[in-house]
Order: sequence, then C-alpha cells, then structure tokens
Amino acid sequence: MWSWVGHRITGVVIFFFLLVHVLDTSLVRVSPEAYTAVIGAYKNPLMALGETGLVAAIIFHAFNGLRVIAVDFWKKGAKYQRQMLWVVLALWLVTFAGFAIRHLSLALGGH
Amino acid sequence: MTAIQSPRSGKIAPQYKRSGGSKGNFEMLAWLFMRLSGVVLVVLIFGHLFVNLLVGEGIHAIDFGFVAGKWADPFWQFWDLAMLWLAMLHGTNGVRTIINDYAEKDATRFWLKVVLYAASAVIVILGTLVIFTFNPCPVVDGVQLPGGFCPAP
Repeated sequence: MWSWVGHRITGVVIFFFLLVHVLDTSLVRVSPEAYTAVIGAYKNPLMALGETGLVAAIIFHAFNGLRVIAVDFWKKGAKYQRQMLWVVLALWLVTFAGFAIRHLSLALGGH
Repeated sequence: MTAIQSPRSGKIAPQYKRSGGSKGNFEMLAWLFMRLSGVVLVVLIFGHLFVNLLVGEGIHAIDFGFVAGKWADPFWQFWDLAMLWLAMLHGTNGVRTIINDYAEKDATRFWLKVVLYAASAVIVILGTLVIFTFNPCPVVDGVQLPGGFCPAP
C-alpha cells in the first residue's frame, strides 16, 4: 500500500518537473544566452539538492514500476511482491547513493 | 451429473458489462501502454541522467554548446524525442488516473483533465518542434559559435 502511495507521489513530482524541464530546454531555440542563463540556475547548491531529491524519486518510480510489471506479468509475481519490494528498496539505496555522491561532489565541489 | 454453466460464458447481460461499450478497450490499452513505455523509459531516462550528469564534469558541462553537440547527432535527437513522447504520454495518463481517483465531482474531473490535456499537448508539440527546428550552429553577431560538430564558416 505504501509503495503504491510512493509510486503516485513520485510520479506526480516527476511529471511536473518534466513540464518545466521541456520549457527550460526549449530556450535553446530562443538564444544561446537565454538557455545558458536559465540552466545556470540549476547549478546552484540549493538546486543540486533539489535535483538529488528528484533523482531519488525517479529511481524509486523506475524500480517500483518494474516490480509492478513483475507482479502483473510474472506468474509468481504476486507471491513474491513483498520480497520484491525489499529488492526495490535495496537497489534504490545503492543506485541513489552512487548518484548522490557523484552528483553532489560535482555540483557542490566548486569548479 | 449436472453440468454447471460457466458464469462468464456466452453473452453478458448489458447491466453487468464492465466496459462502457463505446469506450472499447481504451483502458486496457492505457494499462498496457504504462507497462511497455515504463520499461523503455527506465532505459532512456537512466541513460539521459548518466550521460548528462555523471560523466566528465557532470552538470558543469551543460550549456548551449552541450545541447547543440548532442542534437547535431540524429541518435540523440531520436533518443530525446522518444523520451519526450513516451514520458509525456506516460505522465499524462498517470495524472489522468489520479484525477479520476480523487476528483469526485463530474465538472471538476472534466475541467482538470481539459487543463491536463492542453498542457501536455503544448509541451509535446513545443518539445518536438524544438528538437527538429533547432540550429546547433547559430551565427551570433556575424560570428560562428565554436563547436567541433559545426561546418567551417
């Protein structure tokens, strides 16, 4: 039940970011300066934390989505759904830790 | 032995039909699409995040030239186009489901979905046009922007 709630919340968060992200990327069509100015906003430390949170949401939604597919299409999916949730959380932790260490050290590490 | 007829065999009385008739099997196709697009999106988005944020200088390398360099290559144009369409359809259908679940009044549900579909259409069309009408080698004030992928002026 909580994985279902988490899937919905992360899904909505990702969707709204996607709308904004297409708009900011569209500025490449306006001018190089406009794009570079707006993308500069993504490079400050506060945004780096936001990006890390967003990627945490994406990784959960991705792995839990694969679990939903396994529950729906794999014969033993429903039987092992609980164990698969632990696998999802373990994969989430490893993948997220890897991303967070690399991204935050790049984004906050000065340049 | 009395043969007991299977309750689901033969014709189903109209009041027990689960689909609205005119809707066809749209909801089943939407359900299937979420799973198929989901698998593809995991690959597309993980690849997108890896190439844009984790390789080399990561986020510091992203500027106009970075995007121009990617979209000078049809491979990344197609990658980003597939990501745009699949993610927008996947996300729009997900939010549609959430609106259907939580907005109880007919009018509220209707108008929320009108706003959702309008916003999604604008974003998909805008994104598609940007990917295909984008010029990776603009000339600013008579000067060709540097980029190894641009033809010599």
